[in-house]
Amino acid sequence: MSTTAKPKRMKTGGRSVLWYLQQDWQLWIMLLPAVIYIFIFCYMPMYGAQLAFRKYDFAKGIYGGDWVGLEYFKQYFSSTMFSTTLVNTLTISFCSILFSFPAPIVLAIIINQLKVQKWKRTLQTTVYIPYFISTVVLVSMLNVLFAKNGGVLSDLLKFLHIVPEKANLLGQRQYFVWMYVGSGIWQSMGWNSIIYIAALSSVDIQLYDAAKIDGANVWQRVMHIEFPALVPTIMILLIMNMGNILNVGFDKIYLMQNTLNLKSSEVISTYVYSLMAPKTGAPQFSMATAVGLFTNVVNFIFLLLANTISKRVTGSGLM
Amino acid sequence: MAKKELSFTPTRNRIRDRDAADIIFHILVVVLSILCFLIIVYPLWFVVIASISNSDLVNQGKVVLWPVDIRFYGFEQIFQDSRILIGYRNTILYVVGGTLLNMIVTMPAAYALSRPDFRLRNPIMLYFVFTMYFSGGLVPTYMQINRLGLINTPWILLVMVLINTYNLIIARTFIQNTIPNDLYESATLDGANHFRIFWSIVLPLSKAIISVEILYYAVFHWNDYFNALIYTSNTDIQPLQMVLRRILLQNEAFANGNGGVQGGYAQSSADQVKYAVMIVSTVPILLVYPFIQKYFEKGVMIGAVKG
Repeated sequence: MSTTAKPKRMKTGGRSVLWYLQQDWQLWIMLLPAVIYIFIFCYMPMYGAQLAFRKYDFAKGIYGGDWVGLEYFKQYFSSTMFSTTLVNTLTISFCSILFSFPAPIVLAIIINQLKVQKWKRTLQTTVYIPYFISTVVLVSMLNVLFAKNGGVLSDLLKFLHIVPEKANLLGQRQYFVWMYVGSGIWQSMGWNSIIYIAALSSVDIQLYDAAKIDGANVWQRVMHIEFPALVPTIMILLIMNMGNILNVGFDKIYLMQNTLNLKSSEVISTYVYSLMAPKTGAPQFSMATAVGLFTNVVNFIFLLLANTISKRVTGSGLM
Repeated sequence: MAKKELSFTPTRNRIRDRDAADIIFHILVVVLSILCFLIIVYPLWFVVIASISNSDLVNQGKVVLWPVDIRFYGFEQIFQDSRILIGYRNTILYVVGGTLLNMIVTMPAAYALSRPDFRLRNPIMLYFVFTMYFSGGLVPTYMQINRLGLINTPWILLVMVLINTYNLIIARTFIQNTIPNDLYESATLDGANHFRIFWSIVLPLSKAIISVEILYYAVFHWNDYFNALIYTSNTDIQPLQMVLRRILLQNEAFANGNGGVQGGYAQSSADQVKYAVMIVSTVPILLVYPFIQKYFEKGVMIGAVKG
């Protein structure tokens, strides 16, 4: 029984909405702005997503157009853009998870192992910095550092023979994913490591001592003490990532797009934007809504899948 | 160290092996940490030296480690550019006003959801969490905002993300886990209602999470160009990031060697402006961090325990 409950709070038979409001009215007032905002800005657009099944009619508004059923979904699935956008989105997503996800974990373990406190602090503070750089600035940094002629880092990569002499890292489509994922790691690795460092700092020191006595070397200590301590955090973050698998960030990709790499860089979110605000021709609102809705449903399925698998395997999940 | 533990361990060899493995591991860790440091720092350092070097030499790839032919033309140009000043003014308004609104909405809601005696707590939580994973999509949201008459007004950039569910969850978790129940009990006995408890007990004890929230929201507003791109077209109300986009990205073709020459600027310093803009637009938000770093790590730790 909670202590702040008033004595008159007894079991009532039929509980109406009013009853709930009456009981906690002060808390409801504190929640009200957030609840209303979410309703207007999130739930009402969800209702508006029915536009995906209607022909958009400028005069009659979002709910007024003729019902066309799955017409726009069929149109999207049968267009060439479907496979292009889906493949690009999945490629970028999976590469991000595969490479960007482990990076902060490794960094956290490295930082945690450093013995010289001054160096540890310096490194920790430095790796946070890129997080504060805006996407616009980040993309323009990529443009100068990896420029085809005279880009300092593209010259370095060519010198090390990692890329061929004639490579144009910003223009050729096969490099797009690597530029995207690499810059993402550079920007957010340090920031994302904070949560893992926090998890590591809560590991019981006695465990280390016991392992040392048992003759475990430092590598074994990392694998058998530190890594298991990180698993719950890793699982939760991984599930949350899976729920966004088709939500590859619009911001950076849109800014990185150019006419040369478009075949690799057109993802679902940028495609939706180009349908909604095309450079030429009329906007295709219904089609854009349908594509958006499709993304949402797929994301949701991935989230549920990841959650179920995680619950089966590790016993911890989101819901 | 090895001597002291000798009596506990089965054999001398095992200790020797262990110590050898440890040394290799530590060397590896140090090398990797230095590599990490260089990878993070070099691009930042390059922007700094390029902003004060002769742009021709920068473009030819001749400025690598130290500035060459130092000049400050770029910085001088920036402070005369009205686009940047207007963008700066707008961004500051959006960051300060937007973050303030975020906090006013997020913190009371987090408190309400942290109370175990709040009936319907779980359904309401679900109401928020659902929006993290499902949305109406870009077009319906746009139309909704259009209907509210917020397109092309500064208001939309203030309220577009009035509350972020993730931030709400970490604030709720923090309040739930750090404020002892005894405090609530005694406050209730003294006749304090929820508003009073929130204002006089919860807020003063939540400095750590408040600083985390402020940082998250402020960085979001500072970096946000997406909402400005979608919902505004009037350059007078657009934030700095949109101005940056025009200056840094739209004026130049990519990587074909002839980009970046801006009319009127002296040729050999033209690109200095770009680098200077990058620095001037990043430093202010960077300076905020050290001030709240102390609270920040503690706040992240406690707030994120349960994701």
